[in-house]
Amino acid sequence: MTLFRLLALPAAGEASLWLPEQASTVAASVDEAWWLVYWVSAVFFAIIVVAQVYFMWAYRRRAGWTEQKTAHHNFPLELTWSIIPSLIIVVMFVKGFLGFLDMRMPPADTYDITVVARKWSWSFIYPNGVVHPELHVPVDRNVKLVMSSDDVIHSLFVPVFRVKQDIVPGRYNYLWFNATKPGTYDLECTEYCGTNHSEMRTKTVVHEPGGMERWLEDRIEDIMKMPPIELGTLLYNQRGCSQCHMVDGKGGTVGPKFEQTFGNRHQFTDGSQAVGDENYIRESVMNPQAQVRTGFPPTMPTYKGLFREAEIRGLIAFIKSQNPKFKAEAEREYAKPAGETEAGDASPDSDLPDGGANGAASADEN
Amino acid sequence: MATILETRHADVMPLGHAPQDNYLTHGRGFLSWALTLDHKRIGVMYLCAVCSAFLLGGIFAMLLRTELLMPKNGPEDVFLFTRDAYNQLFTLHGAIMVFLFIIPGIPAALGNFILPIMLGAKDVAFPRLNLCSFYLWLVGALFFVLMLVTGGLDTGWTFYTPYSTSTSTAVVTAVFGAFILGFSSIFTGLNFIVTVHTMRPPGMTWFRMPLFLWAIYSTALVQVLATPVLAITLLLLIAERTLGIGIFDPALGGDPVLFQHFFWFYSHPAVYIMILPAFGVISELITTFSRKHIFGYRFIAYSSVAIAILGFLVWAHHMFVSGQSAISAMVFSAITFTISIPTAIKIFNWLATMYKGSISYATPMCYALAFIFLFTIGGLTGLPLGTLSTDIHLHDTYFVVAHFHYVMMGGTLIAFLGALFYWWPKMFGRMYHERLGQISAVIVFLGFNATFFPQFIMGAKGMPRRYANYLPEYHAWHVASTIGAYTLGIGLVIAAIALIWGLYRGKRAPANPWGSATLEWQCSSPPPHNNFDAPPVVGDPYAIHQLVYDPDQSAWVPRQEKIVESEAMLERHTDAGTTGH
Repeated sequence: MTLFRLLALPAAGEASLWLPEQASTVAASVDEAWWLVYWVSAVFFAIIVVAQVYFMWAYRRRAGWTEQKTAHHNFPLELTWSIIPSLIIVVMFVKGFLGFLDMRMPPADTYDITVVARKWSWSFIYPNGVVHPELHVPVDRNVKLVMSSDDVIHSLFVPVFRVKQDIVPGRYNYLWFNATKPGTYDLECTEYCGTNHSEMRTKTVVHEPGGMERWLEDRIEDIMKMPPIELGTLLYNQRGCSQCHMVDGKGGTVGPKFEQTFGNRHQFTDGSQAVGDENYIRESVMNPQAQVRTGFPPTMPTYKGLFREAEIRGLIAFIKSQNPKFKAEAEREYAKPAGETEAGDASPDSDLPDGGANGAASADEN
Repeated sequence: MATILETRHADVMPLGHAPQDNYLTHGRGFLSWALTLDHKRIGVMYLCAVCSAFLLGGIFAMLLRTELLMPKNGPEDVFLFTRDAYNQLFTLHGAIMVFLFIIPGIPAALGNFILPIMLGAKDVAFPRLNLCSFYLWLVGALFFVLMLVTGGLDTGWTFYTPYSTSTSTAVVTAVFGAFILGFSSIFTGLNFIVTVHTMRPPGMTWFRMPLFLWAIYSTALVQVLATPVLAITLLLLIAERTLGIGIFDPALGGDPVLFQHFFWFYSHPAVYIMILPAFGVISELITTFSRKHIFGYRFIAYSSVAIAILGFLVWAHHMFVSGQSAISAMVFSAITFTISIPTAIKIFNWLATMYKGSISYATPMCYALAFIFLFTIGGLTGLPLGTLSTDIHLHDTYFVVAHFHYVMMGGTLIAFLGALFYWWPKMFGRMYHERLGQISAVIVFLGFNATFFPQFIMGAKGMPRRYANYLPEYHAWHVASTIGAYTLGIGLVIAAIALIWGLYRGKRAPANPWGSATLEWQCSSPPPHNNFDAPPVVGDPYAIHQLVYDPDQSAWVPRQEKIVESEAMLERHTDAGTTGH
């Protein structure tokens, strides 16, 4: 009985020999379609193989047996075995198509998460601006992923949700689901993308009611507790600065290198000049078109509203520390955690959750 | 090989057979082969060539299965090959197997040898084009070798953009090789179409053509109509890579999904280029070794044509998760389902042919029976991939890998082996080692299932394909699959030994060792240079009951001439009666 259940008819939502457990609202419908096709196939397979094996035995060439003359064709029979499968495949097609429509059409009220895929990592950007390499979602809520790629085609696949969608560079692709079971699951890239394609895996964490909000606050907490230079480094890598600004010989070349930004005098396209100080960096992040350096295109997007004060302090600390002349000064100046100066905004330490399930999930930062 | 055969041939002469000019002894020396216009010699050269390619692709398969014996811990952890080396292994395995082996396998190697004789013709319509097609294959293969030594290839055999336009491996060399191989395929297809249309002898009507010819003819139509699209696509890819013209790369204003449409517009019909000839082979084997007239000739013939046509209309089922519109997904899913019907018809007809037959377990039949079992699994597992909602889950997992190996290897390769054993006596005039052949079929069958059935389970659980590393929960399945692959490899080596043994030690083959009624068994083994001195008498290709076994010659011979004639007349009358409506 257990074997039978394992092979064929698992209790609702459980893992079987074939499929992993179900953890989304669409998974049940996908699995129904699977079991429909599975059983139809099993019956046809049994008919074919039983007939084949019986014929192989009963009509084997042997002394005393000669072949019998039978009809060369039988139109009604051939029509029958053409029409019956035709009717069955219509049922399969309709079942699959209806399930697919549900998977493809996101409901109106969704919790949106931005996904950026690149060789070979994921960035999930949450509504409050937190960026994290793992997908965290609330349970029983419609979640929509707005996905783009920085380089080649990737594909996001969560087996327990039964959802998958390619992420094609140059456009946004969408994926929606409603997770039904709190827990930690696998998330994989399923479109071949080069060297570390098979390492482009991360976790999907489905939070209990309220857990998602707490986890997001914890991530902000983490940011506040980081030393500013370290926070700035993280933001530089995670939030797209490295696409254009070079540091230690690595990164893009569209914008100025950060080595000379702090403490040097810069020439702007409107003819004015200024020394790179804290205010200059802040202005360049919040309102970049106000002072465009000569020799560089005016392509920097504004980050107004996307960074917290602590994060801007972190960026300033990071950029200042890149100029060798100011490195020591920056390290002295920004020794304390980034959130320290705005203790009013941050939650007191005593409020921190004990870092149980959520703490473990966020450990894999690199 | 030719010289060995000639000496052996000379040895056997005194045994009572009249000295006889055959295609192997007709002309000697390297140039008589290299410049031959004889379709049989071209077929033999093609056979050596595609088998070498198969060996190379098979070695890559063994290496990648070996790498997958162990799961690894993080990107720095290496078992035998680096991640890049693994990516090259699966790419080269796929590209070599598809472009150099499966596509030319049955049509160009066996089709070239058999088609004209089976049709009752002296040669193909354009013998020079035929030789040209072989040399184009060689040039294409040389480009693949050049690619191997100048950086390899790591794009997957599908060359998806923008990965293929941005990677540093020798994409242009490989793509140009595939471009040339495409012309080789077009030339073969064109030649076969014209041959079938214009070179049928008197009496060879369309509905007297053996089903192998219907299958090869349908294949040829697809080769001629679909391959040019591949050629254009590959040229555009080269243009984008070398000249920076933005067609597929979004950074240059192109669309990567457009590449997928172009690519699959060829490569899905190409799936039928690979499998249709196998259907033809199985029709011949089942009827011969069951000693039964084929059941439902017209349904089988028409289903080949239907598959060839429908095969053009299903390409986007490879792209259900690419972001194409739901409506196009619906249309392509629906058409995909319709293609399962003609395929099912063939399987039912083969079974009905076995009904009340006298089933021999000669090696070709062992492979044909393995084909029915394996291809049924391959076909049925196509259903959850055509069903939209389940395809979303299964797409790009091992389930797909297992599915297409059951079709391409369990189907086409098994049929290729069956065909090779079946026609080997005709091609080289000697019987293979029967017992070894049967053992090889059993080992190949078991090894194949052990290799690929676990992959269905892994795929359904969510194991993505093209992964050099995997989660520990899949470890046991991967080990089972690798052990299966080694078994399969051993089975294939035994099959090769059984065949090659036959060249040196095999009994001399009679004209008709199997009791088949198609025309190629009317000429001697090996066939004479001109196939037939006079146009052969064409009758029902499946009138197997007209042949009786003569133990003195260990061969099948026609019943008494007069009886044969009167029966043939009768057969023609009944045929006319039944096919009239």
